Amino acid sequence: MTYETATSFAQIWGMFFFIIVFGAVLVYALWPSNREKFDRAARSPLNDDIIED
Amino acid sequence: MITEQVRTDRAAFGELLSLPVAALIIAIGVAEILATSDAVMTFHAGVLILAAGAAGLWLLMRRMGGKAGEHEAGYNHAVVRAGVIASMFWGLAGFLVGDVIAWQLAYPVLNFDLPWTNFGRLRPLHTSAVIFAFGGNVLIATSFFAVQRTCRTRLAGHMAPWFVFWGYQLFIVLAATGYVLGVTQSKEYAEPEWYVDLWLTVVWVVYLLVFLCTLFKRKEPHIYVANWFFLAFIVTVAMLHLINNVTIPVSWTGTKSYIYWSGVQDAMTQWWYGHNAVGFFLTAGFLGIMYYFVPKRVERPVYSYRLSIVHFWALIFTYIWAGPHHLFYTALPDWAQTLGMTFSIILWMPSWGGMINGLMTLSGAWDKLRTDPVVRMLVVSVAFYGMSTFEGPLMSIKAVNSLSHYTDWTIGHVHSGALGWVGFVSFGALYCLTPWLWQRARLYSLRLVEWHFWISTLGILLYITAMWVSGILQGLMWRAYDSLGFLEYSFIETVEAMHPFYIIRAIGGGLFVIGSLIMAYNLWRTARGDEAVETIQHPESASAAALAKLPAE
Repeated sequence: MTYETATSFAQIWGMFFFIIVFGAVLVYALWPSNREKFDRAARSPLNDDIIED
Repeated sequence: MITEQVRTDRAAFGELLSLPVAALIIAIGVAEILATSDAVMTFHAGVLILAAGAAGLWLLMRRMGGKAGEHEAGYNHAVVRAGVIASMFWGLAGFLVGDVIAWQLAYPVLNFDLPWTNFGRLRPLHTSAVIFAFGGNVLIATSFFAVQRTCRTRLAGHMAPWFVFWGYQLFIVLAATGYVLGVTQSKEYAEPEWYVDLWLTVVWVVYLLVFLCTLFKRKEPHIYVANWFFLAFIVTVAMLHLINNVTIPVSWTGTKSYIYWSGVQDAMTQWWYGHNAVGFFLTAGFLGIMYYFVPKRVERPVYSYRLSIVHFWALIFTYIWAGPHHLFYTALPDWAQTLGMTFSIILWMPSWGGMINGLMTLSGAWDKLRTDPVVRMLVVSVAFYGMSTFEGPLMSIKAVNSLSHYTDWTIGHVHSGALGWVGFVSFGALYCLTPWLWQRARLYSLRLVEWHFWISTLGILLYITAMWVSGILQGLMWRAYDSLGFLEYSFIETVEAMHPFYIIRAIGGGLFVIGSLIMAYNLWRTARGDEAVETIQHPESASAAALAKLPAE
């Protein structure tokens, strides 16, 4: 493998890799059924005095 | 302060198991002392024996007193209290040494012509004391506090969290005394030699295990975002530490070692480490503090939890590539330099996304900015985060870097992040934690927090404005040519031109030290249970009792 093939592979697939990962994060963050879980999590530090074990 | 004590067999077994571990450490120390002819190694082995001996003695006394396996009921707050005290202690030490070396730069006579007080040895003492000793203790304390509470379960392990705490203090003492005695790897922020690195590795692995086991036994289905940031900090720092410290000791009885990497590979590994020390130690970890303490103190939920998820993943995927911007115009291949610059600029987005999320958490509670100086400290820290993460990408543009690199502008940039962001967010967290942990209704005095806030803010502004002027002046003088193409200024002329700004910087640093002394006094009086008579209304969220009374919904 030459230097050129290694860098062009890294540049092209690196770009796709980042786009895919970012897309997956956006889908997870914006998925409608996750809303309730995230709303609850946003308040997590506010009511954490009850230890459950 | 009285807390309910409980005793478990598992905890007692953990204490019993710790005894042979302490004995093993003592044996290693004795073997080193017998084999070595290196004076610093002898001294460090002695420190190791003392530390393990003290731990062993303490465990034996508990066993004989019938107290083995005893601990307070509920959340493990004892180790966090220890962390608050250690943070304050190392903070004062680190800030003070920083101001001493600032005066040394203005007046070289203050080096005293002694090897131990030379700028070259005190400078790593300052950086390690503020980043690793102060920052590290704040991070360990706040992560231990936040992870068990947001998981609704006691911190995992009985002895393990205490091993992390004391083991980390031992790491600091070995590293710091080593620098003063001239033992260093000469890699910025990775100065500790091989044997201190090995000790830190052990401590850090236990830290990771305590954190992971606490997450594993959580009673909440979802892992709160602050814990994601803390976890990224712990895991990445472990990875960075291991890869940047692949050293081969000259001898196992000597302090000196050589790094396996060579030339530009070593430089790239070092700055991959160095910049991610900023990205994951000084940013990800402290963002964990922001996501826990800002909502808690202002009694508002995180502004956008969805944004916090995007913030987290975007930040950690981007930061890891930014290191090459420390090596512009060097032997590093051009594509790697451009990669570092590109990712540094991309970082603008996640950084500002996080800043906006932190600031907007005050929605509907902006009045607290006026009434609660602790909230003001937290908010100003986030504002400094926004400012320094704007300045950083700007400076990582090659054309800008050709002016700014190797100048005081870099020092100013680092300190707007370190004093403004890391310092203030830590102070905010410590002001929150002290009344909560010592079961007090409020801080001793909010007026003293006001004084701390304004004196330190003034100090930071003096510091960074002086360094902007000094750095740009320095950079411009270096690149000035006369009509014949010769350099316009000699090096010493640039040093002379910077002298007034060095004095302003040292005064600014002195103000920051004074502010932290006020804070130490305030926290000490708070822990003692004193309350100053004052007209300012203390917020309810400051009180230990309010920890339980905050809105549940």
